Parts: sequence; structure tokens; C-alpha cells
Amino acid sequence: MAKIKFKLNGEFQEIYTNPSRRLLDVLRDDFNLTGPKEGCGEGECGACAVLMNGEIVNSCSVPFANVINKEIITIEGFSKTKRYEVIKDAFAEAGGVQCGFCTPGMIIATESLLNKNPNPTDFEIKIGLSGNLCRCTGYNLIIEAVKIAAKEGEGLW
Amino acid sequence: MVKSYIPLTLDECLKILNQNEVKIVAGGTDMLIQNRSHTSMPIGFKTDVLYISNIEELKKIYEDEEFVYIGSCCSLEDIMENELVPVLLRDTILEMGSPAIRHTATLAGNIGNASPAGDSLVPMYLLDTLVEVRSINNVRKVALKDFITGVRRIDLNMDELITKVIIPKISYSNGYFKKVGPRLSDAISKLSFAGLYSVSNGVLKDIRFAFGAVNVTVVRRRELEEKLIGKKISEVKEMIEEILKWFEEDIKPIDDQRSNKEYRKKISLKLLRSFIENIE
Repeated sequence: MAKIKFKLNGEFQEIYTNPSRRLLDVLRDDFNLTGPKEGCGEGECGACAVLMNGEIVNSCSVPFANVINKEIITIEGFSKTKRYEVIKDAFAEAGGVQCGFCTPGMIIATESLLNKNPNPTDFEIKIGLSGNLCRCTGYNLIIEAVKIAAKEGEGLW
Repeated sequence: MVKSYIPLTLDECLKILNQNEVKIVAGGTDMLIQNRSHTSMPIGFKTDVLYISNIEELKKIYEDEEFVYIGSCCSLEDIMENELVPVLLRDTILEMGSPAIRHTATLAGNIGNASPAGDSLVPMYLLDTLVEVRSINNVRKVALKDFITGVRRIDLNMDELITKVIIPKISYSNGYFKKVGPRLSDAISKLSFAGLYSVSNGVLKDIRFAFGAVNVTVVRRRELEEKLIGKKISEVKEMIEEILKWFEEDIKPIDDQRSNKEYRKKISLKLLRSFIENIE
């Protein structure tokens, strides 16, 4: 057991827990943040994606010990930002959401990509989303959504 | 319940290693998956665990005249984006995992895991990579090819930690990594190949090639490469059937859920053929 300090969706937190727990379980069970979801549980589907220091990670494969002094943003925290509004509208416009299970992860992947590269090419978008599986849309609509977001949100990233 | 150690400095980490028997975890992308019993179940480490990813000293990348030094806790993404790192290795990392994996996984972790299918190992064998290992009383450098001793086996004592990956700077005319897997990202290789060469006035000054996932560890045979160095490109191309035969015994893949031995062997040799035939 260990006392672990970190920043979650803008607020400092300190919890006493087993450091071998997965970040995903801490977020869902201790903080009731159910946006990150368990899909495959082994880092291949991206449904559990969150931002760690602004970069996408799979919360199912991050031990809580590695979160010390890091800043974690889940889809719940990200949804309070202007960038989120732009991405959300772009996904709606392109039809990039069907069942919705992959969507929190897809939006986190889009943010992580645009944060590093505000004007990605088609290939760079595919690389940026390559760790996120969607079984409904066939991906083209999501790629389209990222393009719309990059255009509509110009200057935000 | 197992104990967890979370040192913030290298000194503290080496002291813990000196006094305890622990499992070392860096990014966790392999270790967490290997130590869980089922999806949604808590991670069940059977021994005490040492988490090293908070040690800032191990996150530096720098160079001197001869080598590039990569700290063992640098993320794959940081390595991929660093211009000091050889392009062959950066290109290989782009084919490993996904952005989310690359932000946490490490190169030293890929070495420590010593999977026969570890992608980064193939270019690192080509580049004659060294591993720096430290304990509280000692520092040693070992060639990566000697450090990996078998399937998931490495030459690391209980009190030691991989602290750096050291890559000699070499120049070459052309080189690439080729991965054969079922999906562009997040795929474990069925097999992989890396090759590089250096040509001057139509003569081979250097040539190196290696195969991944077709034996207990990376297959590279320097003494056979040396037979080709100093020859004209045309002469080497004429030797192609002989060169393919050199690897008859070394390429001995297995059947598993990802592929079968016939496919792995056939495609490995085709990749070698294509590499030799395209030297220019």
C-alpha cells in the first residue's frame, strides 16, 4: 500500500491504495469516472484511454504507481474544454459515433494527436487513431471527424 | 500481500534491489498483462514489485562522438521523436504498439521482456547495441546479443537494473525494418526483418541483416555478413541462392496462434532475397 498524489481533471488528489492497481480501476471504482471503459483489458482497443500529462495512454495497462505527480484527464474532465466542444461537434457532423463505446477513447486520441500535430495528414490521423478499435463506423467517418475538428478548431491547438 | 517499492531516485532504487528480491516494472504495458489472471481481475504479482518509472535520471537521451545513450525509462514515443536516435530504430518504433502504448512502454522493457518477437531487438542487434547494467556496487556494459540468453531470459542479477541502452553511431547508405503482422498497430509480429548496407563505388563496405520471431532470439550472423563485405554488388546478387542457404538452420520458427513455421520461414527468406536484390 502507498500514498499516491496526482492531479485528476484539474484537482489534486491523494489516495492510499495498492500501487499495483490499474489506473482504470482507480478511476472507475474510486472516483466513479466511467467514461474510460474496459474493452480488451490488454492495451489493444483504446476504450480505456485517458490523457497522462497531455498524452494518450491506456489506463488498463498503467499501474497506479506510475501516476505519482502526473496529471490525468479523463473524458469527463476534457468535456469541460473548448477543444472538446469542437471535437464533439465534428464527430456529430461526420457521423463518427454509432454505439458510442469507443467514443471516449477516440476523442482522447483525437485530442492527443491534435495537441502534438494541429494539422495532421490522413496518414498521421490513421497513426494517431491506430490504437483505438471501433466496430461500428468502419473508421472513415471518424477520420473525417478529426479532419473537421482540425479545421474548425484552428488556433485552439 | 506483495510489497511495492516506488523509488524516486536511482540511488534509492539500487539500494532496494540490493536488499530485496523484486520484479522490476517500467511502463507496465507487458508486465500488467502478464500478471493478471483474467480481464477485470486485479493484477496478481506473486513477488514484490519495484516500479522504476518515476526515476527522472533514467529518462535522458544524449550522445557523445561514438554513441547515443538512451535512459532505460525513456518512453518509446520520446525515443521515436528524438533526432539523436538512429532512423532505423525510430522507424521500427513507429510500427510498435500504438501512440497510447508508446507513451508508456520503454526500450529497456522490450529488452528485459526478451520476447522472441520483440520488434526493437531486431534493429538493435544490427546496430551492435550495448546495455548498461548497474547494481549498488558495480556498473557493466554488455552487448545486447550476449545480454539476451534465451526466450524471456536475460543476463541480469537480482540486484541489477538496466540503466541505459547504448547505440554506436554508424553511417550507412540504406536500411529498413519490415514487420509482418495482422494489423498495422498493436500487433505482435509473425516475423520481422531488418537490413542495412553501405556502398561505395559499387562495392559493399558494410552489410547487416537480422530476423525476428524465427528463433529463440534475433538471428544475426556477423561472420556470414563479413563474407559479403568487399564484394561488388553484382557479385553479391549472384550469390543469392547460396546466401539463402546459409540461414536454412538458423531460421527455425515455431507454430503458434499467430502464424506457422512454414509461413514464417518462407517469408523470412523472401524478405532476405528482396533485401539483397534491391541493393543499389
